[in-house]
Amino acid sequence: MPDDAGRRPLVRIVGLHKRFGALEVLRGVDLEVRAGEKLTVIGPSGSGKTTLLRCINWLERPTDGEILINDEPIGEKRAGGRRVDMRDAELARMRARIGMVFQRFYLFPHLTALDNVAVGPIKVLRQTRAMARRDALALLDKVGLAHKRDVYPDMLSGGQQQRVAIARALAMQPALMLFDEATSALDPELVGEVLTVIRQLAAEGMTMIIVTHEMQFAEDISDRVIFMDHGQIVEEGPPHQIFHAPAHARTRAFLRAVIDRQVYPAATS
Amino acid sequence: MNAGAWERFAAQFPYLIETLLLGAEMTVIVTLGGFVVAVLLGLAGAGLRTARLRWLRALGTLYVDVFRAVPVLTQLFIIYFGLAELGARLDPIPAAIIGFGINGGAYLTEVFRAGIEAVHRGQSEAALAIGMTPAQALRVIVLPQAMRVVVPPLGNFAIGLLKDTSVASSVAAPELSFRAHMLVDQTYLSTQIYLTVAALYLAMSLPLARLVRVIERRMARSRVA
Amino acid sequence: MSWEDLHEWLPQLLVAAGGTLKMTALAYLVAVVAGLTIALARLSRRRMVAAVAGWYVELIRGTPALTQLFLIYFGLASAGIVLSAFTAAVIGLGLNYAAYMSEVYRAGIEAVHRGQREAALAIGMTNALAMRTIILPQAVRIIVPPMANYAVSLLKDTSVASLISAPELMLRARDLSSEYFMPMELYLLAGAMYLVMAYPLGKGARYLELRMGQGRVAS
Repeated sequence: MPDDAGRRPLVRIVGLHKRFGALEVLRGVDLEVRAGEKLTVIGPSGSGKTTLLRCINWLERPTDGEILINDEPIGEKRAGGRRVDMRDAELARMRARIGMVFQRFYLFPHLTALDNVAVGPIKVLRQTRAMARRDALALLDKVGLAHKRDVYPDMLSGGQQQRVAIARALAMQPALMLFDEATSALDPELVGEVLTVIRQLAAEGMTMIIVTHEMQFAEDISDRVIFMDHGQIVEEGPPHQIFHAPAHARTRAFLRAVIDRQVYPAATS
Repeated sequence: MNAGAWERFAAQFPYLIETLLLGAEMTVIVTLGGFVVAVLLGLAGAGLRTARLRWLRALGTLYVDVFRAVPVLTQLFIIYFGLAELGARLDPIPAAIIGFGINGGAYLTEVFRAGIEAVHRGQSEAALAIGMTPAQALRVIVLPQAMRVVVPPLGNFAIGLLKDTSVASSVAAPELSFRAHMLVDQTYLSTQIYLTVAALYLAMSLPLARLVRVIERRMARSRVA
Repeated sequence: MSWEDLHEWLPQLLVAAGGTLKMTALAYLVAVVAGLTIALARLSRRRMVAAVAGWYVELIRGTPALTQLFLIYFGLASAGIVLSAFTAAVIGLGLNYAAYMSEVYRAGIEAVHRGQREAALAIGMTNALAMRTIILPQAVRIIVPPMANYAVSLLKDTSVASLISAPELMLRARDLSSEYFMPMELYLLAGAMYLVMAYPLGKGARYLELRMGQGRVAS
């Protein structure tokens, strides 16, 4: 990252809209994320959190608006006032620096844990197999799964699969990590091991945008929290403010509903 | 049944079998040629069927719907006799290879498409997310997984094609069935010759079926799917 | 191709297409009945019966329908059994498709859980009764969609019967083409007629596939 990263936003989102047919999922989102910042997005399901995340690496194509990564627009380029789709290779190059962790892991079932991590460096970064595998093993070790290197995904628990998926994203040395409800598909007893890995990454200074329903975790880890509803940002602020003194009635109603369901704050640790 | 026929058959067997084996060789060539053309067209067709642009998808659908609804015999006649009428005379063997290729391509389009669609969309998203291009994601992540779905019907297609090439005898392609008709015309030994022909087809199709099963089993074991 | 030509050909081709449909329907009937018989034979506890049925399926599936038609038509004739080309085609295609359909029946029957049969036997049903009242009705969902697809391919495969001069669409198209020397026009016309017959049949098969695919067999 450039050395003036502290001043310039790593991610800048301007006037983001996304429609699926008649359904307007994002209705004008503006957002900036600084390098090193940990931003959590909370909100009811259907509020547009996941879509927002998927727009950032252009897995979802915005209907309108602009997304800049390091001042570089992703997905489209301006050419003489018109917007032109980026070439596949350019888009791929930008995505390579944005790690994404999916709710349902999406490990590649035909590759071992080690090769799931190494395939990106080998195929995208054109590293040698030996080098990519060595680095991949170090990453597996970092998420506590070096001993599972030769195991295929279907032999791993959900929590283990998600840790491999995180290692797979890290292998690309991303400047930014996106977590899309990374623990929502896990059995409760497996949530902790994944959150531990994410906490460790946060402590190392990784920039991350996290969509989650784990409120205690969000409060612990975030520099800033955004509450979204109906495709808009309703409220944002530091975690203690959002969680303990929310300004908006909708935020309060949401938190009350969530806290009633989760045995807040004991659910995570 | 007259015993004399079998005696004549036995007496002429060396000549008959030699001629039929020449035909069997051509059957293999037409099958291989048709298979290669069909696989290429099937991949192209699957590309169309899964394309982003609607008119490309429509083109793929048209190809599949038309060529799967018309008998391959009719398609062969159009390519061989029909094109000759328009001045584009093809030799029987290329005509047969093209005909079976186009016909089979429509069938394989659906096979390949099903294979691609059997791989969860999240797989290609995860590949894109680590910076692969769409082409890389297809090649490195999606296609290897799709193979598991594709190989069994692909194998059955090859076996079916081997037998279907018998129809090419009607456009005078000198394959096994054509040679058999000629020999029957010469000798009137229809039962004997067609039974020999059946045995020769079995000798080709049974090992092929075995091979397909071995590949399927090996793929089921290794997950490279 | 002039309008007069078309006027001349169309009625003849339509009559011939009727022959195609009739041949398809009759051969299908033979295949459905013979296919079930073969499937039951393959599942028989008498090992010899099961083995013979197994060989039949292997032999038929390992050889072209065309060769089988020639054996039935010309081969039987040389042995003194003279069949009309149409009858030979119905029997030949019917017995050919029976081999394929028997595999469909078998897969359907085997997909019904063993417990179903045991429960039926436990309340005093005979094997045959259990098959008829308990197992086959459940297997139907699995059996029907591929059977419908076989109807489409059978319709197309009847064209092969033209090579033993059985009266159907392709034979008529060939005869007309040697009379008028316009093969392109005539075979395209024949192709269009097959399309008109096969396309709706294929759509119907697809519909059945979607409808039947929704339910599950008890297990």
